[in-house]
Amino acid sequence: MPAVDPLTDQRPDGAVRLYNADPILTVDDLVKRFQTPDGPVTAVDRVSFSVARGEFLAVIGPSGCGKSTLFNVIGGLSAADEGRVAVSGETVAGPHRAIGMVFQEESTFPWRTALENVAFPLEVVGMPKAERLDRARHFIRLVGLDGFERHYPAELSGGMRQRVAMARTLAFEPTILMMDEPFAALDEQTRLLLGDKVLQIQQDLQQTTLLITHNITEAVQLSDRVLVMTYRPGRVKRIITIDLPRPRTSAIVSSDAFGRFVAQIWSDLREEASRGIQDSEAHLGRDEATR
Amino acid sequence: MTRTWRGGALPALLGIGTFVIALVLMELLIRAGAINRFIVPLPSQVLLSFWRLIAEENILDRFLLTGGEALVAGVLLTVVGMSVGILLHRIPLLRQACETWIAAFASAPIVLMYPLFLVIFGRSAVTIIMIGFTAALPPVILKTLEGLSGTRRVLIDVGRSFNLNHSQLFWKILLPAALPAIFVGIRLGMIFALINIVGVEFLINFGGLGQLINDLAERYDLSGTYAAISFVILVSICFFVLTERVERWLRPID
Repeated sequence: MPAVDPLTDQRPDGAVRLYNADPILTVDDLVKRFQTPDGPVTAVDRVSFSVARGEFLAVIGPSGCGKSTLFNVIGGLSAADEGRVAVSGETVAGPHRAIGMVFQEESTFPWRTALENVAFPLEVVGMPKAERLDRARHFIRLVGLDGFERHYPAELSGGMRQRVAMARTLAFEPTILMMDEPFAALDEQTRLLLGDKVLQIQQDLQQTTLLITHNITEAVQLSDRVLVMTYRPGRVKRIITIDLPRPRTSAIVSSDAFGRFVAQIWSDLREEASRGIQDSEAHLGRDEATR
Repeated sequence: MTRTWRGGALPALLGIGTFVIALVLMELLIRAGAINRFIVPLPSQVLLSFWRLIAEENILDRFLLTGGEALVAGVLLTVVGMSVGILLHRIPLLRQACETWIAAFASAPIVLMYPLFLVIFGRSAVTIIMIGFTAALPPVILKTLEGLSGTRRVLIDVGRSFNLNHSQLFWKILLPAALPAIFVGIRLGMIFALINIVGVEFLINFGGLGQLINDLAERYDLSGTYAAISFVILVSICFFVLTERVERWLRPID
């Protein structure tokens, strides 16, 4: 009997499907196409997976594999062409209360202090001021920004601003936290240390999290499972269970087991990433030729 | 150290110092005969005529009149300009149809249409205010539009991900994000308005500082004319400070 991950099965059409016991987020045969001058391009092709309550799942793939498209579709910011997204079994269309999003780009409101930024989603739902500031303070502490409540984003570093954005989304108390390469703009050291912060928050809140990333270290460091996507069209290539012990810290990056996971994911990704590079070089060549 | 200097009195002192040096230089050049003193009055004479204007020409009343006209035009400008800008942002078709000719309108010499305004509003402060208002409308409309449509996509996405409705999205994200651009528009608009207000006062010989400049120029009181122009600049400075205060109050930092 071949060694098969008990959580995955291989369907006749080749797509990898994953089932688990208590799925809180289910993504089913999701397809998203874009119209381009060269004709329609399928960005996300029949992607299916689910995330269990309290689980941390990372979606990893080369640039251009449709990761961010997947993020926007699951978050309801753009509509799927086929398939469905369900939260606790209920199909969702459009932004949903249960899903909180942290964006890749700098997304704090520059006209609000750190505290007012974090209190924003509570203000929108009409929570009384004293109460919402109190709650916001709690989440500011959670991301380790106590003392910076009254600072404006312009007075904070990139890493601190990203933590404000994260606290703001956490204050919304989403069932599922989705983050799209939240540390992409930061340097490697800040990224590892923020990873520690995320691990700790994950432990404290038992927050179900879906992380979109292109960083293998980050994916292995933080996740229970890693979903590897193919380069265009974005399909599920493999799902790898990261059974490293928890609680974890960034110290785990030096362990042998960590290295093995990184190597395994890289061997999957290398092929996809080189296809991506070839493709973009071919595009450049074509543009050059037509010029 | 640099910070204390930058935040301290040095820039202000340097600014005033440069201005004083320029005046002294001008004074010397005129006294040396390099500049014709019948065309450019001595700065010292201009300074002396400030007192004459205050004592003899009711300068405070005129200052308040021109300032008041500019203030009314400014309020109208902000309300109407922002509303039109918001409307154009809401209705893309209207924007595509109008944006170019509003921009073209910005360079139209509205002040030369004063006879038309005189016919409609009579020889009164209303004419002056309406000309100032009309001439200054385009920058406020265009900058409001620019600010609203320049709102970063991700900030709108944050709002959508928190389930904001249209009105919340506008009041809590689009408008605050557009404020800096809108204030640039209002400041530009105030400059346009003031130039036109003083210009019309001058042309129709009615009202505040513009009329005084007309009078003094006709009397060939050059030092008085320059002193009166300084008061126009003072009105401009007052509005600049005022808009800056309001902006800082609405949006403490960028």
